[in-house]
Amino acid sequence: MKNKVLMCGNEACGEGAVLAGCRFYAGYPITPQNELTAYMAKRMNETGGVFIQAESELAAINMVFGAAATGVRAMTSSSSPGMSLKQEGISYLVGCELPCVMVNMQRGGPGLGNIAPAQGDYFQAVKGGGHGDYKVIVLAPSSAQEFLDYTMLAFDLADKYRNPALILGDGLLGQMMEPIQLPGPPAHEAKGASGRDQGPGVEKPWALTGCRGRSANIIRSLILAEGALEEHNKKLQEKFRSITMAETRSESFNIKDSKIVLVAYGSVARIAKASMQMARAKGLKVGLIRPVTLWPFPDDAIRNACLSAKKFLVVEMSAGQMVEDVRLAVNGRAPVEFHGRMGGGIPSEEEILQKIETLA
Amino acid sequence: MKKKIKAAKPAFSQPLSLRDVENHYCAGCGHGIIHRLVCEAIDEFGIRERVIGIAPVGCAVIAYDYWDFDVAEAAHGRTPAVATGIKRVRPDNIVFTYQGDGDLAAIGTAEIIHAANRGENITVIFVNNGVYGMTGGQMAPTTLAGQRTSTTIHGRSLRREGYPIKMLEMLAVLPGTKYLERVSVHSAHEVLRAKRAITKAFRMQIEGKGFSMVEVLSMCPTYWDMTPIQSADRIKNEVSTFYPLGVIKSC
Repeated sequence: MKNKVLMCGNEACGEGAVLAGCRFYAGYPITPQNELTAYMAKRMNETGGVFIQAESELAAINMVFGAAATGVRAMTSSSSPGMSLKQEGISYLVGCELPCVMVNMQRGGPGLGNIAPAQGDYFQAVKGGGHGDYKVIVLAPSSAQEFLDYTMLAFDLADKYRNPALILGDGLLGQMMEPIQLPGPPAHEAKGASGRDQGPGVEKPWALTGCRGRSANIIRSLILAEGALEEHNKKLQEKFRSITMAETRSESFNIKDSKIVLVAYGSVARIAKASMQMARAKGLKVGLIRPVTLWPFPDDAIRNACLSAKKFLVVEMSAGQMVEDVRLAVNGRAPVEFHGRMGGGIPSEEEILQKIETLA
Repeated sequence: MKKKIKAAKPAFSQPLSLRDVENHYCAGCGHGIIHRLVCEAIDEFGIRERVIGIAPVGCAVIAYDYWDFDVAEAAHGRTPAVATGIKRVRPDNIVFTYQGDGDLAAIGTAEIIHAANRGENITVIFVNNGVYGMTGGQMAPTTLAGQRTSTTIHGRSLRREGYPIKMLEMLAVLPGTKYLERVSVHSAHEVLRAKRAITKAFRMQIEGKGFSMVEVLSMCPTYWDMTPIQSADRIKNEVSTFYPLGVIKSC
């Protein structure tokens, strides 16, 4: 494969997984992420991995649970309605401390909604989503290149913390084709790995491989002894704190002198960046913070922006979800305004610029 | 003159794969017997260090506390999906699920049908006692007509609750299934037959022959509101007349 290729976000995500040493993929057809499933069907076959088209999203996430329990790098993907079905399995994966990577190419909702891009699954992604107290690491790419890079990062973070990681995209990013720089030959091709390889650089003594030469391993989230589940939860929360300390990522533009700071993620961050540039050309001091990790949320970047910002403007393709986290980080130090589109509506550069001008 | 005494071969001993611990099962429950049969089969093949079991949600939810080999839990009914994920990336391991009737025949119906239809090379031990034990004796998909449970207090009505499901007969039409047998543990004779079936189901997988499933009719005295002996008699006289014992399919 050449080093520079043209790919859509879905395919870039799949290639990132292959490059990261993903050995197992299970998924179920749903638009707008079908290119990813098809890509994995082809690439898992070519690289000696396993591809399964599951009977449902429930089965897919639980097949990933099984593969991940053996220590291999495993992945599933879907779009909004399908992600709702996966929530049960995700809760179990976190409870059992199993690493895996999941992808949600968000579409319009609620219900069956439509197949246009949206960001209405933010709460589901960053606040847990299923039952119990838990978090998954959420990365929000804004280009095809970032789909590749962040997917590779997601596998590393998942393994490092024994926790699922989620790539939160949308239908726009999934379908849009862009040039991509490939980092080099895939890890598995370089070392001629077998199908059961557990990925680079991590020991997984907890994995189910058969108990030869050791005592039996058990993967479980059921913890019945008095007080033991609370202890398990404390341990998980401690892990979430260390992820927050070490893995929070964001990009900031023109923050130092900005009076109005835009906050947007994913595809909307790219549109908002153009609006920022248009506003700057008009002499308005506008900056942009783009969270790269949605959980952990870049509170510090938002707080730092409060030094100069008089107002924040959060732009989302939702009725207003991330805006709540921005308000928590700003904590009353400045007004936080919101501009949102829903149900597949995509904000235009001019539309955001107009909103900026009403705030200036 | 001293007589040479030959050491007698023990007639009964603790299987290596079965931990020497007390279990939580009720008096007269079949799970203890079936756990043991599974462990005996594993030991006889010498595959304890290759086995990966998947425990269900249901009365056998903590089976991993009793088995001494690698085990994963599974969300309720997703057991065959978890088994699929494990077996596909580790085809040399011996992978089996242990599921109750709620897990396999209600909430996990899709997963068992599609694992069977894909012809996954796994072994399924399906314990059918016709009732939800862990949650307090509610109607299961396999509850017999007229059987009283906490959610069918006047007995299961076929008109209201529908018919008991025969999972093996349903699965038999799928080309992906290679060995399906129904056994029972209500008598010593039937326990021996159950052992043979479970052993064969593991052998099928070891030989790479594909999907096999053994349905084991089992007693639940607590939620049948019977003594253990009455429960065993109920299987012999009632349950096994609706769910016929024997090989349903073998290829």
